[in-house]
Amino acid sequence: MLHTLSIGELGRTLSERRISSVELARHFLARIERLNPALNALITLTAERALADAAAADARRASGEEGPLLGIPLIHKDIFCTDGVRTSCGSRMLDNFIAPYDATVVAKLKAAGVVMLGKANMDEFAMGSSNETSYYGPVKNPWDRTKVPGGSSGGSAAATAARLAPFATGTDTGGSIRQPAALTGVTGVKPTYGRVSRYGMIAFASSLDQAGVFAHSAADAAIVLQAMAGFDPRDSTSIDAPVPDYPAGLGKPLTGLKIGLLREFFDGLEARNAALIHDALKIYRSLGAQTVEVSLPHLPLSVPTYYVVAPAECSSNLSRFDGVRFGYRCENPKDLLDLYTRSRGEGFGAEVKRRIMTGTYVLSAGYFDAYYLKAQKVRRLITDDFRAAFAQVDLLIGPTTPTPAFDIGAKINDPVTMYLNDIYTIGANLAGLPGLSLPCGFVDELPMGLQLIGPHFSEAKLLNAAHQFQQATDWHRQAPRGYE
Amino acid sequence: MSLTRQDVEKIAHLARLSITEQEMPVYVTSLSSIVDFVDELSRVQTGTVEPMAHPLDGQQQRLRADVLSESDNHTKYQANAPAVQGGLYVVPRVIE
Repeated sequence: MLHTLSIGELGRTLSERRISSVELARHFLARIERLNPALNALITLTAERALADAAAADARRASGEEGPLLGIPLIHKDIFCTDGVRTSCGSRMLDNFIAPYDATVVAKLKAAGVVMLGKANMDEFAMGSSNETSYYGPVKNPWDRTKVPGGSSGGSAAATAARLAPFATGTDTGGSIRQPAALTGVTGVKPTYGRVSRYGMIAFASSLDQAGVFAHSAADAAIVLQAMAGFDPRDSTSIDAPVPDYPAGLGKPLTGLKIGLLREFFDGLEARNAALIHDALKIYRSLGAQTVEVSLPHLPLSVPTYYVVAPAECSSNLSRFDGVRFGYRCENPKDLLDLYTRSRGEGFGAEVKRRIMTGTYVLSAGYFDAYYLKAQKVRRLITDDFRAAFAQVDLLIGPTTPTPAFDIGAKINDPVTMYLNDIYTIGANLAGLPGLSLPCGFVDELPMGLQLIGPHFSEAKLLNAAHQFQQATDWHRQAPRGYE
Repeated sequence: MSLTRQDVEKIAHLARLSITEQEMPVYVTSLSSIVDFVDELSRVQTGTVEPMAHPLDGQQQRLRADVLSESDNHTKYQANAPAVQGGLYVVPRVIE
């Protein structure tokens, strides 16, 4: 079955001409047509484009070119601009927006020869933890379609878990790759801030946003991240540093690796969830790693810090949607102010408006010091805690989420409860650190994620640590019933 | 409630968002609960801590050389605009 093969296996199958890229694309397009209606993971299917990309990949291969992603299908989160293809960001505001250029992530993967199957559903403007804020309706979790897949990259996660593509792109501002990866049982990587270009990735919170990948294993994620990462002069915060060979770094034994168990992540964690993390630690010890407990005293302040910083940046970034240059415009505006306020009021959904207003409030005269400046100071305290921890250990470990996937509708009317879903993931964004979630077992037949966090630019170490775990376990090979 | 209806109306105006009558009470409640939640930060001692705007220390915003790098694509870009005339964006009259 083609959809159960790893990217490496698919590459060999293509290379040995046992199948063409066009046949591979047709296989996944047929799966999407059959399985997506019940999941709502994809909101735009680009079948014609996929077949054209695949034919081009076959032609490149026929002319002697080889490459690990040449002819491999993928799904892009609908936050990445794709030239000539609708890029909605999950919003009514951009329902009619045809991107006039490719995001750097899209262009780099295209250069590597990928085949775009379609665009994935997501929380509107990446604001949400359940994929319920999308203008196009919620995404269903393939493990149980009454549950959320997590968010904001819920469509990318559900599509990967349902084997609708070998991999998908995502973005992570407060956990939007790692949390849905955990809730759908796939491997998700959020790189160091600045490692992957943000050019053409619709901005939510610019000091936190980072692009990454969903895949079926750390080995697959390493191949994809290799093609995505690197300096981009078009992103002013892109880091000009060499990218290590991630796939080549996967064979290292973990002997002597020091892993810090984040004490704060276990406060209030349900016993069954904690037990899975302790089982994972046993595996790491059997692989030669040492585990020690570490404390990051300011980490519990991550969520309130984030919900000042992120909305502030969002209110500023989303001011570009004015009903004038692109996007939704209201009917019959009576004057310019009416055009602005109604285009924005009607074009944005409830959660996006809530975040814009939160951000506007914390930046407004009289409140800036008390909220925004204060949050920036606490952000430094949290970052300093991480730095102190990494002076003692190589990696930090803990759960990705406090609970497995919850019911659709359960938290959507209570923003603060919803925000607390990201309690374990937000710290890495505030400190700009790379993080990875990998499947580590099941609670109530729903997957749970193990989270690894490393120092800046330690993606190779994280991927290797995840890969070694996946060599010793088979949680990442489990597929939801009906999607095997 | 830490925020009143008047507070939310003012914020919505600053943010250039029209809020309907039905939406208003929901925002008064939910924005108040968010403000109460982030108020936890006020109890943290931050003394002389330097505010952090960029997650990677020592990184500076780069400037590029002042040379032409983009060609004229206005027709392509304006294809997404709600109303265009003669290469210009059309909005309601602002000067009588």
